[in-house]
Amino acid sequence: MVTLIAADLHFKQLSTLRAVVDTLMTPVYWIADVPSRIGDWGQTHLQSRASLLENSERLQRENLVLQGRSLQMASLQAENVRLRALLNSSALLRDDVLVAELVGVSPDPARHQLVLNKGANDGVFVGQPLIDADGLVGQILEVSAESSRALLITDATHSVPVQVNRNGVRAIAEGTGVLGSLEVHHVSATTDIQEGDLLVTSGLGGRFPVGYPVATVRAIVRDPGEAFAEITATPTAALDRSRHVLLVFIEAAQQGE
Amino acid sequence: MNDSQGSGYGFILLTFFIACVLAVVPLPGWLMWGRPEWVALALIYWTIALPHRVGILTALVMGVALDVLEGAVLGQNAFSLTVVTALALVLYQRVRVYSLAQQAAVVFVLIGINQLICQWVQNLQGVGARSLFFLLPALTSALLWPVVLTVLRGLRRHYQVS
Repeated sequence: MVTLIAADLHFKQLSTLRAVVDTLMTPVYWIADVPSRIGDWGQTHLQSRASLLENSERLQRENLVLQGRSLQMASLQAENVRLRALLNSSALLRDDVLVAELVGVSPDPARHQLVLNKGANDGVFVGQPLIDADGLVGQILEVSAESSRALLITDATHSVPVQVNRNGVRAIAEGTGVLGSLEVHHVSATTDIQEGDLLVTSGLGGRFPVGYPVATVRAIVRDPGEAFAEITATPTAALDRSRHVLLVFIEAAQQGE
Repeated sequence: MNDSQGSGYGFILLTFFIACVLAVVPLPGWLMWGRPEWVALALIYWTIALPHRVGILTALVMGVALDVLEGAVLGQNAFSLTVVTALALVLYQRVRVYSLAQQAAVVFVLIGINQLICQWVQNLQGVGARSLFFLLPALTSALLWPVVLTVLRGLRRHYQVS
């Protein structure tokens, strides 16, 4: 038993066993998810006609605004590619996404994990980044055939390389084990970082694609006696509320697209 | 005889499956800290009721299954549930004649041990809880013990699992 614990802590060979058992245990999560599914069904099917109409109108307005914005997007993208070519920088990254639905959350409050309904059969792989509409959510930890398990950025064992969107200062945001709070460690007390700064993924480390929002700086404590500032940040993604998340497939697009 | 034994195993498996489902049903916020240890409760009941059929091996298998379900280190729950079941196997003759309150006290201690072991292993991994709230499931499990006992015993007698 002790060997099993030690082996799983320090080696990776047991992941196949875990994947097999995980595939066998997937129905447990499906059944546990049934009540909230019924709730969702009730909410979507028992809406009044008025609220549906209102919803539709609102979505149409939103769609119009977004389409207007994306008109500019094409020209901006072209300009960006030209400028990058001028700077001789590396190829642009184009990201494809796959929508996954949440079927469960970790029952242990000390672990921030999600169970998703997409697995190896859909091309999900370990280490794949996970985003929602507002920012980075986490990464894939384990994959079984029809489901996968993701680690949230707020888990105590998770860190993500970030940079300040305003000036490009690099740092590492670590999870704290408290939902809705990240800590930015080892930033010297004199670094230019302010409350309200947006932290985006820096792409260093090669795991997360560049430029996804991660968190906004909530508080900075600069103690003259300490070498580093104490920085806490709030994740931008709705970590405990979103039912759907996006799995990002990173592909290097053709240069000079 | 053989037939009734077979259906008995099916029934025991079903209770463990339900315990697994209850162990991962999403709970809101702070309620998560007090989630009863359903699988451990089922194990304790079956070990005390049928020590010749449910024992260490069942605890081991259910533990690995629970580890995978919770995304915990493989062996964490397997280890703790084995210890709890071993203790229950030692105690079952005494526990059977205890009053309900005394039984609940025993369950409190057993689940507490279960939580402590889980906490130790989690600390090895660096994700341990930072307060004593991890012991809350011991209390909720003990409070739920009379319900679990009544339901499982009623069902066991109704289906004549022995």
